[in-house]
Amino acid sequence: MRAFLDSIGKKFEAGGPFEKLYPLYEAADTFLYTPGTVTRGAAHVRDGLDLKRVMFTVAFALLPCAFMAMYNTGYQAHLAIAGGALPLDAWQTGAMQALGLGAFDPNDPLACMLHGALYYLPVLLVTFAVGGNCEALFAVVRKHEINEGFLVTGMLFPLVLPPTIPLWQAALGIAFGVIIGKEIFGGTGMNILNPALTSRAFLFFGYPAYISGDRVWVAADTSVDGASGATWLANAAVSGPEALASAAITWRDAFLGFIPGSMGETSTLACLIGAAVLIVSGIGSWRIMLSAAAGSFLMVQVLNAAGSTTNPLMNVPFEWHVVLGGWAFGLVFMATDPVTAAHTDTGRYIYGFSIGVLAILIRVINPAYPEGMMLAILFMNLFAAFIDHLVVRANIKRRKARYAA
Amino acid sequence: MEQYLNLAVRAVFVENMALALFLGMCSFLACSKKVATGIGLGAAVVFVQSVTVPMNNLIHHYLLNDGALAWISPELAQYDLSFLGFLCYIGTIAAMVQIVEMTLDRYFPALYAALGVFLPLIAVNCAILGGSLLMVQRDYTLAESAVFGFGSGVGWALAVIALASIRERMRYSNVPQGLRGLGMTFILTGLMAIGFMAFGGIQL
Repeated sequence: MRAFLDSIGKKFEAGGPFEKLYPLYEAADTFLYTPGTVTRGAAHVRDGLDLKRVMFTVAFALLPCAFMAMYNTGYQAHLAIAGGALPLDAWQTGAMQALGLGAFDPNDPLACMLHGALYYLPVLLVTFAVGGNCEALFAVVRKHEINEGFLVTGMLFPLVLPPTIPLWQAALGIAFGVIIGKEIFGGTGMNILNPALTSRAFLFFGYPAYISGDRVWVAADTSVDGASGATWLANAAVSGPEALASAAITWRDAFLGFIPGSMGETSTLACLIGAAVLIVSGIGSWRIMLSAAAGSFLMVQVLNAAGSTTNPLMNVPFEWHVVLGGWAFGLVFMATDPVTAAHTDTGRYIYGFSIGVLAILIRVINPAYPEGMMLAILFMNLFAAFIDHLVVRANIKRRKARYAA
Repeated sequence: MEQYLNLAVRAVFVENMALALFLGMCSFLACSKKVATGIGLGAAVVFVQSVTVPMNNLIHHYLLNDGALAWISPELAQYDLSFLGFLCYIGTIAAMVQIVEMTLDRYFPALYAALGVFLPLIAVNCAILGGSLLMVQRDYTLAESAVFGFGSGVGWALAVIALASIRERMRYSNVPQGLRGLGMTFILTGLMAIGFMAFGGIQL
């Protein structure tokens, strides 16, 4: 393998016939083998860690979520079908029947896994194919390296989509995120908004019918009587804590992730495992996670104390906010994106805290959007640079005062 | 009290002058290269906006509105001078901007030089005139218009400061040749507007 890469490598180096396609060769080479060089300057000037290792660690931390995405997508579909919903009129259904698994038994983990994978993997493939090509195109034309930043974006993006997302939308979304969200800023490390979130926000505002509401979260036809495909966050918005208390789900189910939702965000446990990996390896900022949790906690206490008879979400307690919707996923994987978050430690506390507060605020008081985490992170991305500016100014002032004395 | 708080929040976030209504774009794009300039311009807009909107409110209610002159003498009640609205509002705004300009020139010459031609141009900044016209259209009371003026000014300032700090950070970015400068700033404004859409739809 090494010998093969070396032998074709000459063709791609300066002067060779495929000189222009060098980034493609370089990407394949370093993907398979540890590069002989490490990242210098530019992307992570504040850290000596190799960019490649950073991105692989994040991708590794995402694996529990991806695993849950496959299992839970299938499980929710089977559960709905067992409850009276019809299987979707899609090729996935045909494939399952062809394999002799047409019973759609929710208690058969293998069948659930397989059915979920039939939904999750195509989205993942399309994301990587389209996003990867956009990235490669820019890399070839602008002569920079393809780097692993896209690996993380490409893994994050399918996890925040509903299982029934049409593939062309996944393609459109990731193309927008990679090109407008990242590449025109110059690529990994230079973007302002998180590319995966930009993609999702683009789809969210562009095609709301496919990414919000009650129909999209379960891969089964839930329009028949008795079947519900609404997320529990939406249910809580209608009838508050009572819905959660009386409901068929327990807090433990929601914590483990056996609830309808975007594919990878349902399981708080999987996110916690990811958080542990990120914190231990020092890649995700614990400051952001901690302060965002604190911000949400305080905000929920304030809203609970204020109470409301017209807005049931006001009364939902903190432990439920944590396990519902994309709160945990956003907190662990999106808010801690080292590029788009605040770069100073003090700034990270402020940044995280604001995300926590805003996410709950948007969730509770904005009837237009049931989920606030994505928008809160995007909003704070915009202000990360200003927070840093203030922190740096304050530091300069303090030092001046110290040396003047 | 609560209604004023709601009005302020709505003016700052939900109906952000720059990023939801896209008013005042010229100085928004032109004066956002440095954070210090952004803060200076933002502060000037907050000041001008929170003075002119209530002032124009008084003018509207006591001089221009249909029958507004009745407080002078009953015969004057038949006059409707609202066709003079634009003229009077912009006059008030121009006067305020003059005061700000002279103050800055005297006390903050560095900021005065940095803002350059855009300081007098606040007078024709559509966010400012837009604020006054929205006030008339929505029929705000004096107190409401004071809150609205201040809130919309703060919202605009917040947006310009955020844009300025992003553009400062983007000095490290490698933007394609054809998009450098204004093109990139337009795209950035669009992306920022997506961020601000978080608040769209909030009913207060």
